[in-house]
Order: sequence, then C-alpha cells, then structure tokens
Amino acid sequence: MPLVDLGHERPQLPARARIQSPIVPRASIAGRALVAVVAIMTFLASLTTGAVLLISASASEWQSDVASEITIQVRPQAGRNLDSDVAAVTDAMRRQPGIVDTRPFTKEESSQLLEPWLGSGLLLDDLPVPRMIVARVAPGAALDLATLRAAVQRVAPSASVDDHRAWIERMRSMTSAAVLFGLGILVLVIIATIISVSFATRGAMAANRPIVEVLHFVGAGDRYIADRFFRHFLLLGLEGGMIGGGLAMLAFGFSESIAGWFSGTPVGDQFAALLGTFSLRLSGYLVLAVQAVMIAAITAWASRRTLFATLDDIE
Amino acid sequence: MVRFENVGLRYGLGPEILRDLSFQVPAHSFQFLTGPSGAGKTSLLKLLFLSLRPTRGLVNLFGRDVSLLGKSEVADLRRRIGIVLQDFRLLDHMTTYENVALPFRVMGRDEQSYRKEVIDLLKWVGLGERMDALPPILSGGEKQRAAIARAVISRPQLLLADEPTGNVDPTLGRRLLRLFIELNKTGTAVVIATHDITLMDQYEARRLVLHQGRLHIYE
Repeated sequence: MPLVDLGHERPQLPARARIQSPIVPRASIAGRALVAVVAIMTFLASLTTGAVLLISASASEWQSDVASEITIQVRPQAGRNLDSDVAAVTDAMRRQPGIVDTRPFTKEESSQLLEPWLGSGLLLDDLPVPRMIVARVAPGAALDLATLRAAVQRVAPSASVDDHRAWIERMRSMTSAAVLFGLGILVLVIIATIISVSFATRGAMAANRPIVEVLHFVGAGDRYIADRFFRHFLLLGLEGGMIGGGLAMLAFGFSESIAGWFSGTPVGDQFAALLGTFSLRLSGYLVLAVQAVMIAAITAWASRRTLFATLDDIE
Repeated sequence: MVRFENVGLRYGLGPEILRDLSFQVPAHSFQFLTGPSGAGKTSLLKLLFLSLRPTRGLVNLFGRDVSLLGKSEVADLRRRIGIVLQDFRLLDHMTTYENVALPFRVMGRDEQSYRKEVIDLLKWVGLGERMDALPPILSGGEKQRAAIARAVISRPQLLLADEPTGNVDPTLGRRLLRLFIELNKTGTAVVIATHDITLMDQYEARRLVLHQGRLHIYE
C-alpha cells in the first residue's frame, strides 16, 4: 500500500529523477596529490628494484666467469729457468682432471698486463716479473686444489695457485650488501607510502565527515561506508602505481640510449664495467609490474585500515 | 518498543540535563515531546536514535539493551528508525530525489523497486518540481520537507522528528502532520519534538513534557 495517495494528481514520472551521484563525490578527495605521492614512491621503488636486479645479474655473471678459472703464478727464482718452469707447470696442469684448457701468458702479454702501471716499452728480461698461466675448469667439476698445488709445486717450487675464492667471497658480500641496501630503501618507500596514504585518507574522511554522519543516520554500516571510500583509494593507488611503475619501465627501456650519451666519459665507462648494459630482462619488467600492483594494494590496505579507525570516531 | 528506566544524561562533567527519565514508547503510538527551549528535547531524541549513550540508567530499544550494542548492531537498529533533525542533514552533492532515496540505496535495493514511491512522496510534500534540485538552492522549508521525506520513505518502525514544522507555513505544516499520522496508521511509532502548540492542538495525542530535566507525561 502506498504511503501517500496522490489520486488524480498523479503525474507521469519525470525522466530525469535518477540516481546518478556517487555516495562519496570523487572531487572531495584530494586525489591528485595522492596519485602524485604514490607515483613518485612507485618510481623510486622501481628504480631501486631495477638497480638491485642489474647488480645481482652482473655479479652472478662475474662470479661464474671468475669461478670457472684458476690462475697460476710462476715467480722467477735464482738458479731456475722461468720459461722452462712455465712450460713444466703448463704441462702438469694439462694432465690434471677437470682442467679443459691451459694458456700461459707470453712475455709480451705479461708486459701488456703491466703496461698501465709501468708504462710501455718494458723489457721483462730486466725485471723479476712473474708469469701467469690461466687454466679453464670444466663446468661443474670439483677440483682437488691440494693435489693440484702439490703437482704444480713439484715441477716449479716458486709457483702459486689462486682459485679466486677470496675475490668471489668479496663479490658475494658486495652483492648481498647492495641487495640489502635496496631492500632497506624499499621498506622506507613502503613505510612512507603507508604514512602518506593514511594522512590522505584521514583528510578525505575529515572533509567528508557530514556525509559519513548522514550515512550513519540512514542506517549504513561502517563496512558499507568504508567500501564507498575504499573504491576511490584503490583507483587512486592503481593510477599512481601505473604512472610510477610505467615511467620506471620506460626509464629502463631507454637506459641503453641514455647510457650511450655517457659512453666515453669516465663515469659511463665505470658503470659499463660494473653493470654491463642497463637493460633489464623480461623477468625484471615483470618484477617491476608486480611491485607497482603491490604498492597500489598497500595504498588500498592502508586506506582501508585508516577508514575503519576513523569511522569508529564518527557517530 | 522503547523503554527508559531511570535514565540520566550529562555532557562531560557538567550538570545532569536529563534526570531519572522513566517512560515507554509503545509500538504504533503517537506522541508529542515538548518543553521550553533548552529543556533537553534534542538530547532525548539523540538518546532514542543511539547518537548519545545515557550516563546512567537503562535504555531498551526494540528489546535490546543499548549499552550492550556493537557498532554494526547500532547500524541495524537505525535502519528501523527515521529521524528528522533541525539542521536537516541533506547531502549537498545529491539531488532532492537522491537524498530521499538514500535509505533504500544504503539497503542495497534496486532503484526500479522504489523510484515511483520516492517520486510520489516528493510530490506529496510539495517537492515535485524540485526533484532534481541540489539542497544548496532549496529554501529552508523545502530542505525540511526533503529531510522529512527521507526519514519516512522506508516506513521506519519508529519516527523521531525535531521541530519538523518549524520552517513551513501553517497549511504545509498541517499537510506534514497528516503525513506523520498516515505513517502512524501504517504501524510506525511517532515522536515529534515541538513547542508549536498550534500543531499539537491539531491532533489528540500523548504529550511528553520535559521540564528542568524531568519528564511529565500527559496521556
């Protein structure tokens, strides 16, 4: 039964009376500032993650390169012929199991190695310069270093064997430090995002307090109200995440061209030596995309948490 | 439906503004709540609407002790109560139609199921031509009628109205009173806070008179 009876007064339903307005007007939420904050945070987080991925990839390449070689150094000794010692050690190395290739450095190559320190036109005969022999280890082979050392020293007592273990350890700890540093920055970025989003949510709730009160009056529960605000924040978070993550991906995509501008400069060469190229693998881009979505999700989560806390204070 | 036992209310450490209130609002009943300005009418309505909790005594609403209610239960109970406040509390970004339809929207009902009812009620309260207007351009009287329409549209079990005819002319005042009476006939208990004697004289009903924080009931 209708509450009111208009009788003959009843006119046709007007076409315009429709539900069109959102419960929470989007303009009432300081959206642009929040999108900018999330975009900047995602951009910084993506740069950090990308740099960590590049360093780890380069470090593991170095490690595998270095670990697949051992170096033997034969020092000149009074009363012994260096060339015949080098030949004997090379021969002994070739007979060792697990060694696939042995290459002694010639005198000329040794002088080239020393050129940066001692200058060109060096006559090695005048100096007691040790000679190097580089041996390649079969991939996956487990070398018995003690036996190898004994075999080498039997033919040349002044020879020493270096399996680069100290180098690898240093590199490993440097890579771990870089990864930890990156993770530390990521944690800081995420904490800063949560704090910014919480402030933005509180601000939005304060600005919309009259709406929340009316919604309470008409019997809306906290979950209903929180959902209305939550949608806005989820969209803002996704927008910020996409902008920040997208810009970072573009930056990595164009990084090779950017690196090209610096090639030939000392800085460019150092970076090239350290990181190889700046280009990320496909999996790297996937990690950045997942991270952007994660930051959007964190934005939404932080906003939801703040929403419920704030709704508790509004009667 | 509503039972108060020795209820007292004070704001902070101030004096008690409502003292030892004991009364009932039976289902389907109609009553005026009156008294001089500052007697505590609005505070009593807020207690009935669960916007305030008593500092002492027992308030029982729809068979539930309100001191034991959680927040979600308060929302559930409020859906059974309609309230018209003096400051109207309309949402400025929504049209009159959308404001009045808000209780149905919050319940999650489909617009087609209530559209005709909302439009009929808006015409009844004289807002047929103002359905698409936003509250900032409505007059005080129009806002009041929109607020009343929003409070009664979902046919609550209990209707609370604070000075509902304060901003309208006597003819419209009578029309609104008729709306409350019709609502009461369909089963809603009505409590109208007013100090408009003319309004009260138009309908024979129970009177709850607040004076110096105490309640006197005239059946």
